[in-house]
Amino acid sequence: MSFVGQPIERIEDLRMLRGRGKYVDDLHRDGMLHAAILRSTIPHGRIRAIDTAAARAMPGVRAVFTAEDIAPGAAKVPVIPVRLMPIEQLEPFVQPVMAKNKVRYVGEPIAIIVADTLAQAEDALDVIEPDIEPLPPVPDREAAQTNRSILIEEAGTNIPISYVATKGDALAATAPYVRRERLSTGRHSAVCLEPRGLLASWDGAKTKLTIEGVAKVPFQSRRTIAKNMDLPEDCIEMIEYDVGGGFGVRGEFHPEDFLIPFMARKLGRPVKWVEDRRENLLAANHSRQIDAELEIVCEKSGRIVALRGKLWVDMGAYARANGTMVPRNAAQMMSGPYRIPNIHIQSTMLVTNKTPVGTYRGPGRFEADFFRERMFDIAARDLGVDPVEFRRMNLATKEEMPFPLATLNLPEKKEELDSGIYEIALDRCLKEFGWSEKQKLQGKLIEGRYHGIAVGCFIEGGAAGPRESARMVLDPDGGVSVFVGGTSVGQGLETVMVQIAADALGLPMESIRIFHGSTTCVTEGFGSYHSRSTVMSGSAVLLAAEALKERLREAAAKRLGCSAKDVVIGKGLAASYGGKSVTLKDVAADGISVESTFHNHRHTYANGTSAAHVSVDPKTGHVRLIDYVTVEDIGHIVNPLLATGQIVGAVVQGLGGAFLEHLQYDENGQFLTASLADYLLPISTDFPSVRAFVLEDAPSPINPLGTKGAGEGGIVSVGGVIANAVGAALAPLGAIPRRLPLTPPSVWQIIQDARKAG
Amino acid sequence: MRVQFELNGKPVEVDALPRTHLADCIRHQLMQTGTHVGCEHGVCGACTVIVDGAAVRSCLILAVQVEGSKVTTVEGLSRDDDLTPLQKAFRKHHALQCGFCTPGMITTAHALLTEEPDADRDRIREVLSGNICRCTGYVNIIEAVYEAREAYRSGVGK
Repeated sequence: MSFVGQPIERIEDLRMLRGRGKYVDDLHRDGMLHAAILRSTIPHGRIRAIDTAAARAMPGVRAVFTAEDIAPGAAKVPVIPVRLMPIEQLEPFVQPVMAKNKVRYVGEPIAIIVADTLAQAEDALDVIEPDIEPLPPVPDREAAQTNRSILIEEAGTNIPISYVATKGDALAATAPYVRRERLSTGRHSAVCLEPRGLLASWDGAKTKLTIEGVAKVPFQSRRTIAKNMDLPEDCIEMIEYDVGGGFGVRGEFHPEDFLIPFMARKLGRPVKWVEDRRENLLAANHSRQIDAELEIVCEKSGRIVALRGKLWVDMGAYARANGTMVPRNAAQMMSGPYRIPNIHIQSTMLVTNKTPVGTYRGPGRFEADFFRERMFDIAARDLGVDPVEFRRMNLATKEEMPFPLATLNLPEKKEELDSGIYEIALDRCLKEFGWSEKQKLQGKLIEGRYHGIAVGCFIEGGAAGPRESARMVLDPDGGVSVFVGGTSVGQGLETVMVQIAADALGLPMESIRIFHGSTTCVTEGFGSYHSRSTVMSGSAVLLAAEALKERLREAAAKRLGCSAKDVVIGKGLAASYGGKSVTLKDVAADGISVESTFHNHRHTYANGTSAAHVSVDPKTGHVRLIDYVTVEDIGHIVNPLLATGQIVGAVVQGLGGAFLEHLQYDENGQFLTASLADYLLPISTDFPSVRAFVLEDAPSPINPLGTKGAGEGGIVSVGGVIANAVGAALAPLGAIPRRLPLTPPSVWQIIQDARKAG
Repeated sequence: MRVQFELNGKPVEVDALPRTHLADCIRHQLMQTGTHVGCEHGVCGACTVIVDGAAVRSCLILAVQVEGSKVTTVEGLSRDDDLTPLQKAFRKHHALQCGFCTPGMITTAHALLTEEPDADRDRIREVLSGNICRCTGYVNIIEAVYEAREAYRSGVGK
């Protein structure tokens, strides 16, 4: 009996398909109040006064709080700490949970209203009159770099930090071919279909705060809330329900993660808040927007000697919890799966009057792959080298594993690729795509459209440590309850964990009950990010299963009159010795419970290759995606149905970023894309042909499952491959894509620019 | 205002403010939370319900507008004992991940296949283009709806 490796249909589906999923806005509590948040409409300004008197007098309003009410006088408003890679330089740039003296982006919270109904709370928002003196806005990189208008006066600069990723000596490297390019990516967000929300309840008699609707990293968020509310962590219970998509954004600490529990405690009543879509686009973490100036240095053969240059990352107004990962990953992952002996990438954070940045699926990696693969295709074309052979000759080989990436500073972080046979995915992708046949279409004008194809290789990091726990309890009915610290953001965690547990225990999947995410499940959990849960929680489940069997042997030994090591654990966890056996129900009475922890300080690296075929209408700039194929080796596969689903979904998200999505601000820092009619997401008719194939040729050597994180790889290569396919199609016109997204106007513009130049 | 309509085959009567949209009424007054609200401006389709046979965005219609109508939500298209053929096809093809868009996909697909059980893949894509899914990339959803056609042709769709 083996469930791992099978395309098992999901457990979650049975409730979700029948409308029985439970999401945060489905929750109701007795005496529950509703919160609404007043957000700045001014990009940059000094708060003179906020008159809340009229709002307080509105029907149903229970409380109106500004930052002055949260932290009166000289008191400091609580801040959102940097969760990942915190260093001293970033401390002045962290975000207060509510603006007190200054507003720094459109959407920044300036007051919170709690009322009997949501409609009453929203009505009261309209009568608050903030008096804000506008300051000169910092809407982009250029304005930030001049430091003429400073967002955070205490810091004295709009440039918090420059990271550098280095390998060899890229600054001194020389070779016959050198080319410099400026490239840039758009500003995106996850735009999970379920808006963010929370329901917080305070029980003063028990000194207990319950926060429901949490996601991603409940234990880490609890630590921040405990510190900011001066409560012991064990007085706070974080409860996870169904979560309508995460993608790195949802569940990371945002201002509301403090404000809602704070108001619940102040009022002694349950308080619910659910953002609307406008707030989601305005206030949830943004990501991706990077300008790059890069130089590639190659031999005439196409062998790469060096990649060097600078990145400028538009961080928005503050350094939020995991914002560091965008500039850091973009620099360190720039080389992808390739052997680039000399690397020097400086990656600079800039603060601007925009919504702050956090991670979004494949953070820094989508951007880095666009930059790198664009440079590669430009170089290959200049050198007259076939784009496939250009990549093949520069891929790191199996013999070079573990293969070191560039080392990052501040703090120093070395990184290495754990395993992989990268040519397998390349060859398989070319075969599935039909590269040799489609190559004949390269740059051809057919029925008014130029055709182009492109290919690119990628890596996907996963399995962030430092550890993860799983607890198992033998239930009175003979089933086993499994508790994991990983969280579900809709990726199928329950099914995957039950598959692993069922195999490890030798039980049918129906005998396993799975619980996850909530702070009551395990004593410590690290949540779901960096494609870590299958590896980390899954490995912890394996360890816990072994521990449970050991406890079972001990309990059975007492009943069977033998020593624990003589007890044989058979099918269905039946414990026997010398022809006698005990049932699970019997030993369950002993209260058998174990908790095990899997430690890991290295990362898994899945690898893959993607290829795309597009046609471009030169009259309109419209690009049609004719085919997209991606092949990814994700190590030992737990569930191919779910793995392939993750990859196709990630590809289509990436196609949104390549063609449609951009969080647009005007020259004054005003936000222009506050609805789904302005920020366009892929719809079912946009990209009908996306095909994904999963391989398991290179199991990870660093975890007992041999599996690799696989939730993000699909998105990583999309921007680069698509831009290269468009570039290949338009090569006869001399048009060169340098910016994402490739909307019809932007493609039309590069065609016009090429015609003028040509 | 008092509003009377039929929800999933049962008569209901509710006191709704004139400005309450149907999604809020169904979710927070009648406590049928299977219908989801993803954008409240008629783009995402998560709140799609069936009103007198037509797929309708319940965030763009007021509760008072369904007086005397028959309203069906995902709960009304579900059974306790087993999944329906459409739901089974969704599960088989892994046509959902986070599940938030799923009720709107089910109601929209049900309305389509009830009227057009021979819809081809292009037609299915066209009709579902009003429902956003951020997780799956749609490929598996299209396959699931395509497979469910057989059940609607033979009349066992529901």
